[in-house]
Amino acid sequence: MSACVGSDLGRPDGPAKVSGRAVYVADLAVAGAWHGGAVRSTIAHGRVLRIERKPGFDWRRVVVVGPGDVPGDNVQELLSDDQPILAERVVRHVGEPLLLVAAPDLPTLEAALAALRPIVEPLPAELDFESATRVLHEVSIDKGDPGARFDSPPPGARLFEGTWRTDSQEQLYVEPQGCVAWPADADGTVVVRGSMQCPHYVRKALARCFGIAPERARVVQLTTGGGFGGKEEYPSVVACHAALLARAAGRPVRIVYDRHEDLLVTPKRHPSRVHHRTLVAADGTLLAMDVDVLLDGGAYTTLSPVVLSRACLHASGPYRCEHVAIRGRVVATNHVPSGAFRGFGAPQTCFAIERQMDRIARALDLHPFALRRHNALRLGDATATGQVLHDSVGSLAVLDAVAARTGIDRHRWCAPAMAVPSSNSGRVRGLGMSFFFHGAGFTGSGEELLKGRVAIRLLPDGRAEVAAGSTEIGQGTTTVFTAIAADALGCDPGDVVVAVPDTAAVPDSGPTVASRTCMVVGSVLASACRELAARIGGAAGDFRSRARAWLAAGGDGIVEHVYGSPPGLVWDQATYRGDAYPCYGWAADVAEVEVDLDTLEVDVVRLTTAVDVGKAIQPRLVEGQITGGALQAIGWAQCEVVSSRDGRVQQDRLATCIVPTTKDAPRFDVTIVEQPYAHGPFGAKGVGELPMDGGAPAVLAAIEDALGVPADRVPATPERLLALLEQRERTS
Amino acid sequence: MRVISARSLDEALAALRDATAASRVLAGGTDLMVELAAGRTSPDLVVDVGAVPELRGIRPVDDGLWLGAGTTCTELLHSAAVTAHADLLAIAAREVGAAQIQNRATIGGNLGTASPAADLVPVLFALGAQVALRSATGARVLPVEDFVTGYRATARRPDELIEGIVVPPRPARELRAFRKVGTRRAQSIAKLVVALAIAADGGVVTAARIAAGAVADRTVRLTTLERALFEGLPPGGLADAVAASVAADTAPCDDVRSTARYRSTVLARVLVRLLAALPSC
Amino acid sequence: MRGPFEAAPPIELTFTLNGRPQQLQAPPLRRLLDVLREDLGLTGTKEGCGEGECGACTVLVDGAAVLACLVPACQVQGRSVVTIEGAGFEPEQQAFLDAGGVQCGICTPGMIVATRAWVESCRRDGVTPDERGARDALAGNLCRCTGYGAIVEAALRAAAARGEPT
Repeated sequence: MSACVGSDLGRPDGPAKVSGRAVYVADLAVAGAWHGGAVRSTIAHGRVLRIERKPGFDWRRVVVVGPGDVPGDNVQELLSDDQPILAERVVRHVGEPLLLVAAPDLPTLEAALAALRPIVEPLPAELDFESATRVLHEVSIDKGDPGARFDSPPPGARLFEGTWRTDSQEQLYVEPQGCVAWPADADGTVVVRGSMQCPHYVRKALARCFGIAPERARVVQLTTGGGFGGKEEYPSVVACHAALLARAAGRPVRIVYDRHEDLLVTPKRHPSRVHHRTLVAADGTLLAMDVDVLLDGGAYTTLSPVVLSRACLHASGPYRCEHVAIRGRVVATNHVPSGAFRGFGAPQTCFAIERQMDRIARALDLHPFALRRHNALRLGDATATGQVLHDSVGSLAVLDAVAARTGIDRHRWCAPAMAVPSSNSGRVRGLGMSFFFHGAGFTGSGEELLKGRVAIRLLPDGRAEVAAGSTEIGQGTTTVFTAIAADALGCDPGDVVVAVPDTAAVPDSGPTVASRTCMVVGSVLASACRELAARIGGAAGDFRSRARAWLAAGGDGIVEHVYGSPPGLVWDQATYRGDAYPCYGWAADVAEVEVDLDTLEVDVVRLTTAVDVGKAIQPRLVEGQITGGALQAIGWAQCEVVSSRDGRVQQDRLATCIVPTTKDAPRFDVTIVEQPYAHGPFGAKGVGELPMDGGAPAVLAAIEDALGVPADRVPATPERLLALLEQRERTS
Repeated sequence: MRVISARSLDEALAALRDATAASRVLAGGTDLMVELAAGRTSPDLVVDVGAVPELRGIRPVDDGLWLGAGTTCTELLHSAAVTAHADLLAIAAREVGAAQIQNRATIGGNLGTASPAADLVPVLFALGAQVALRSATGARVLPVEDFVTGYRATARRPDELIEGIVVPPRPARELRAFRKVGTRRAQSIAKLVVALAIAADGGVVTAARIAAGAVADRTVRLTTLERALFEGLPPGGLADAVAASVAADTAPCDDVRSTARYRSTVLARVLVRLLAALPSC
Repeated sequence: MRGPFEAAPPIELTFTLNGRPQQLQAPPLRRLLDVLREDLGLTGTKEGCGEGECGACTVLVDGAAVLACLVPACQVQGRSVVTIEGAGFEPEQQAFLDAGGVQCGICTPGMIVATRAWVESCRRDGVTPDERGARDALAGNLCRCTGYGAIVEAALRAAAARGEPT
């Protein structure tokens, strides 16, 4: 039965959101709560000498918490122990927290923070990741013998080199970071509620910070106003701060960042430099690839090793190639730590390989579409890690779909390379494309190690409640879970409720990241629901009556399932060989731009995309993910500048941190392709991140098509395009 | 801090008697509230003129069109009189922020803040507008260029209020153009902004006012270019005249929105295109 | 920073809120946003930036869409304020649900208020609502989730639901 999957249900969270009744962290009424904030470093690297208290402030009005007040480890729990909750002797980035303050109201808090002045002796700061030497993590992927191929290429083969760079990007969730913490209750439990993607991450961080068992920390997600990765790891920081202040103040403490603070101190996308050497036969066949990936991790490790891993696993693109070497490094600098952002390293390397493919096509006078289609991974092919693609490969389907929608396969480059474009109207048009894939779920054995758990449980009224730590952050988790559960249980969507993610009440289904919620958590949910449905039987009567009868007869109304990897998946983390992901989503984009030749402003007029999602559980939500992700990619491609001076983020207010408005957004033409994945719920694969990967290379290819200059860096701002055009004038 | 909400022009002027250099006038709030939030201003006195009826209204006067200082951008872009006599103002008003800002931001505020990137100020320069200032002790009228004296600095004394702006009657055969280049399509602050008004008679330029914003510490007139249009273009033609004027009359900087290089280059290109499209040039 | 808005002594404030008379004391520069959210508990109006850039705090003052973070309390004296909690937003709310214009929801109340202001201005001015008009009217409301297509669609559906210009 499949009544809900594939048809659009109303969002369970919709009515509360359109009426303003949905409760976000800033909306939560908490009697007696104080406001918390942090004293932060104003320089990128330095030795902390002391923190001066300016005279004249009555310190009895506030509480102040320092590193010595952390009851557990002064460590921000994540992959590495290198990041303190509060810096003690050394600060390593602008905005690093040194002291925490709580006050009864915001004006008092602001006055107290202004009266605390850190005296920091500057140390040399590493602000250029391309010359930075401290390596946080490395990844190597090897396939075949690329060295031998590069050393003795076959006759007619040509070598192409390219260096491609991408700058940072701000997630810009419209709701800033925030949470409320309560002091430990009678049985020692610390409670935090807030805006977050991963309550169980926050629980783990609190346990480490307080030196308590994870069960003594209870974390509850509130309605969350966007995340995009930005609320994967960082809410743990806010939660620890608020909880430390609550402990000191003996009362609840709320920390809600204002936009300025959020922009200055929270992690953003890793800047990248990717160097490609590609050996190509005259007919365009990729013979060997050598890819060097460098990421700026910022001041601390945070999630950089996994971001680098995903970056490298996508670095050779969705292409067949027998001989591949990928070397990745993420280095430490004194920038604000880089962190999770939709795509998680893949947009950076996808940009590089896609622009490299365009460069090859131009030089060989091959059509960029034909070159991609010729080399596209197909069913039965092996990826760079040697993963043989056994099913659900929509590569050719998405390529052919965008060709049918746009005619990109017949499009000729508008502006010849290095020719000066001209137009009477002062505007020129261009088309560009990209082809990309994105591994769904955690990398390699991640899911196997995590063992995500989901429960379905019957409520006394006969409704079925989905219990999982997976969060609704706007992408539609509650709707998707409702549809999956309803169809797997054989009930109406109205018979399903999705529990609030509360670590005290739901099992840990793993973080809401990595395009895994629908595919991985959804598959566990579907199997649990099927077992429950089998238990209560398909006798006459509606679902709720049958469920109530089952409970009345003393039946067990709870089924909890654990994720088990599909059979046959093999991954060796040491050698990076094997099945890097359970499966991949596939997509192709075509961007159509108009460039003003005077101002070099780029209008993305239309973005055509075809996306293989396996199965669209909720087609409208899938389309929302695709267009939303694609606009973030388009923004990154052209206007979303993030730069820093002396390690301080320059775009520290929304007046200068620019993201697209309604008038900057193109029209989208979305084709959903469904090549079902056998182990996803109803065939579904991940979709959250994929749309972020292909927009930037497609837009920059279109700009290159329009202007004839090699667009090799994201974002391609008008200022950068002007510099490229001027450089061309000088050299021609 | 004292806040006085005036209900009439007299009340406002009386309140401003005590004003100092640190005092601020509050009209639509779209600048002042942002500066307060950022901690960039701490006024001793705020005089709220948002409800002063005398500051509202668009009406014809002897020497042109009177725009009350409290006229909002939305009122500018909906006014038939503005469209007929000062169409550039309506065009520019549409580019100030977005609808919510346009509903609140006033022409007096845009001028009084005197941001070098203000969208309306170059238009007022190009239209040859006069600024009417009033205090409890008197009134005076200044050409808008004399009113703007520096980076966010004006000739307004602390005790004075911008009462209104007078846009002179539109001369026959005057051609006008406006162009803003921002960081995005809407809700943006200018990287550069240009407004020009050129009158020609039989192919001879008889009046030219060309102004640009965000290319110096204040809105500037491109007088070198204006002169060239009167006196005859240099041998290199319009492009040379524009280039000379950009070099002489502007001093763009690198900042978080753009680069000096971009600003000067694109200003020149935009000017050449706007002027080349005018039949008289 | 919040301090600067609270620096002056409170004044007596009388205005109409969602059709009902409202009286309270507030510092004159206190942001309307804080009056609504903190003094009156109306948290449907959201704060996304506090500097007039994101549109999440859009409310109607005398029928015009404005940003509650940039309106000082003293300037709503005697005026009519309508927030998402007020009556009459049903066509816009339904349109946003039907068109898929809601994801994380933090921009949604502001979007809906701005949409209503646009639809009503079209009716008042006899303008036929179209996509371009919707994009102009909503350009001050940032959404990071949808790519805007569904929001523009919602605005057009709301306009259709409210019928022809009067």
